[in-house]
Amino acid sequence: MNALDQIFVSTGQWLTSLAPAPMRPFVAMALAIAGLMAVFGTCFAVTTIFERKILGRMQNRFGPNRVGPFGLLQPIADGVKMLIKEDIVPFSADRVVHFLAPLALTVPVWLAFAVLPFGRNMSAIDLNAGILFFFAIGSASELAVFMAGWSSQNKYALLGAMRAIAQMISYEVPLVLATIPVVMAAGSLSLPDIVQAQSGTVLGALPRWNVLTPWGLAGFALFMIAAAAESNRCPFDLPEGESELIAGFLTEYSGFKYALFFLGEYLGLFAVTALAVTLFLGGWQAPLPALEWFPSWGWFAVKFSALIFLFIWVRATLPRLRLDQLLSFAWKFLVPLALVNLVVAVVWWQSGAWRFPAALELRWLVGAGLLAFPYVWLGRALKSGKPVQHQYSYAE
Amino acid sequence: MLNEIAFYLIAAVTLAFAVAAMALRQLIHCALCAAAAFAGLATLYLQLDAEFVGFAQLLVYVGAIAILIVFAVLLTRADEVLPGSRRSSPSWLMGIAAAVLVLAGIALPILSSPSLRHPPLAVADAPVKLIGVELMTRYVLPLEMAGVLLTAALMGAVVIAMREEPEIKAQSRPPAARGVETGEAVSHS
Repeated sequence: MNALDQIFVSTGQWLTSLAPAPMRPFVAMALAIAGLMAVFGTCFAVTTIFERKILGRMQNRFGPNRVGPFGLLQPIADGVKMLIKEDIVPFSADRVVHFLAPLALTVPVWLAFAVLPFGRNMSAIDLNAGILFFFAIGSASELAVFMAGWSSQNKYALLGAMRAIAQMISYEVPLVLATIPVVMAAGSLSLPDIVQAQSGTVLGALPRWNVLTPWGLAGFALFMIAAAAESNRCPFDLPEGESELIAGFLTEYSGFKYALFFLGEYLGLFAVTALAVTLFLGGWQAPLPALEWFPSWGWFAVKFSALIFLFIWVRATLPRLRLDQLLSFAWKFLVPLALVNLVVAVVWWQSGAWRFPAALELRWLVGAGLLAFPYVWLGRALKSGKPVQHQYSYAE
Repeated sequence: MLNEIAFYLIAAVTLAFAVAAMALRQLIHCALCAAAAFAGLATLYLQLDAEFVGFAQLLVYVGAIAILIVFAVLLTRADEVLPGSRRSSPSWLMGIAAAVLVLAGIALPILSSPSLRHPPLAVADAPVKLIGVELMTRYVLPLEMAGVLLTAALMGAVVIAMREEPEIKAQSRPPAARGVETGEAVSHS
C-alpha cells in the first residue's frame, strides 16, 4: 500500500538493516518492544489527563488546569510526584512478595501487546494461537493481585484482593465466551487472520465487521462489559473501592510501586480495548474502500480512542455495583447470554444460504429474537431474586 | 546451541522453583513457587514448538490451579510452621516411597508407549485446528469423561462447602461473639 501506511514497518526494516547481520533478529525484537513501550507509555500519560478532563467536563467542573496550558502537563507532574514519593513497606509485610507483586502485574500486560495487530503488517509476533496467548498472559494478573493483597498483611488489602480475584475469574468466562463466535467465524486463533476475515463489504456499502451482525453486536456488548470488569473500571471498580475498602489491594502501596499498579491497570485496559477493536470492529481496516487513503494504524487509533472514550463516559455516568450484584450479574446474566450468543452465531451462519427476498432482514429478526427473549427473561430473573439478607460483622 | 542453552536455563529455573515449592516454610510462598514452576513448564512446551499446549498450561495452571491452591491455603487457615519444628515431616520415608511409586506408575506406560518408537514429526507445531479436530473426533470420549469427572469434583466440592453453612449460622446468633470470631479469622489468615 502507500508509504504512509507502512511507515513504521519500513522504518523498522531500515533501522534493522543498519545492524550487522547476526544481530538483526535481536535488533528487530528490540525495536518492536521499544516502539510498543513508547506508544502505549505515552498513551497512558495522555489517557490519564484526558480522562480527568472529560470526567470534569461531564461533572460540570474544570478538571486539572494548573500545570501547563489547559493543564496538559499534568501527567508529567503526576509522574514526578509518584517517583519522588517515599516507598513505604509495612513492617509486617512480606517484603519479597510485596516487591514482586507490581512487577508480576505489569510485565504480563506488556507481553499481551505483542500479538495485537495495530496496523497492516504491524504486529510484533504473529502467533498461531494469538488469542489464547492473550488470555493466558492475562490470567497471570490474578495471581499478582493476590500477591499484592496477601503480602501487605492488612485485612483491607486481603479483602480487596479476594474481591478482585472473584471478579476477575467470574468475568473472564463471559469475556472468553464472547470471543468464541469470532474465532469460529474466522476459523483461526491468530489475530491478523481474524482482521483479514473481516475485510471487504456487504451490500456494497457496509464493512464486513463482526459488530455488524446480530451475534457480533451482542458479543461486542458482552465483551465490553466483561472488559470493563476485567480491568477494574467503573462501574466494576469495587476491588479498589476507595470509599469502602480504602483502595483494596493497593492500600499498602505507595510511590513508584503504586504507579506501576496504576500503569498496569491502564495498560490492561488498553490491551483489552485493542483486542475488542481487532475482534469486533475490523481491526485496522478502513470502514469503506474509499477511505483507505487514511493509514491503517490511523484507523486503529481512531477506533481505539473511541472505545477508550466510551469507557471514560461510562465511568462518569454509572454508580458502583455491590459485590453480590456484580457476581450474580456475571454468572446469571452474562454467561448464559454469551452461551445463547453462540447459538445465534450458528443460526446466522446456517441461514447464510437463504436466497429468498428479505432473507437478510429475516436473519436479523431471528437473531435479535433469539437474543431478546433470554435478555428479558434473565434480566427479570436477576431483578426478582429475593433480596439477600446482609449480615455485617463490623458495621453493627 | 542457543536452543540448548535456553533449555538448560529454563529447566534449571523450573527445577529450582519446584524444589522451593517443597522446601519453603510459608505455605503461600510454596504455592507461588509452584505457580512459577508451572509457568516454567509452559515455557518448556513453547520451546518444543507446542504453542497450544504451552498457552493452555499457562491458562489452566497459572491462571486457575495456582489461584485454587492459594485460596485453599487461605480458607483452611493453615497455621504457620513454628520456628522450632523440623523441616521434614516424620513420615518422610513414606513420602519418598509414594513419590517413587507415582513416578514409576507414570514412567512405565510412557516408556512402553509405541509413540516413542516413531521418528519425531517433521512439523512439530501442530496447528490448533488439527488439535481441535482430533479432540472432537478420535479423542471425544476421553474429553467427555474428563468433563464428567471435573463436574463430579465440582459438585463434591460444593457439597463439602455447603455443609458448613448451618453451623456458621448457629454459631453466629449473638452478634458480639460473631464479631470477635470473624476478627480472629481475618487476623489468622
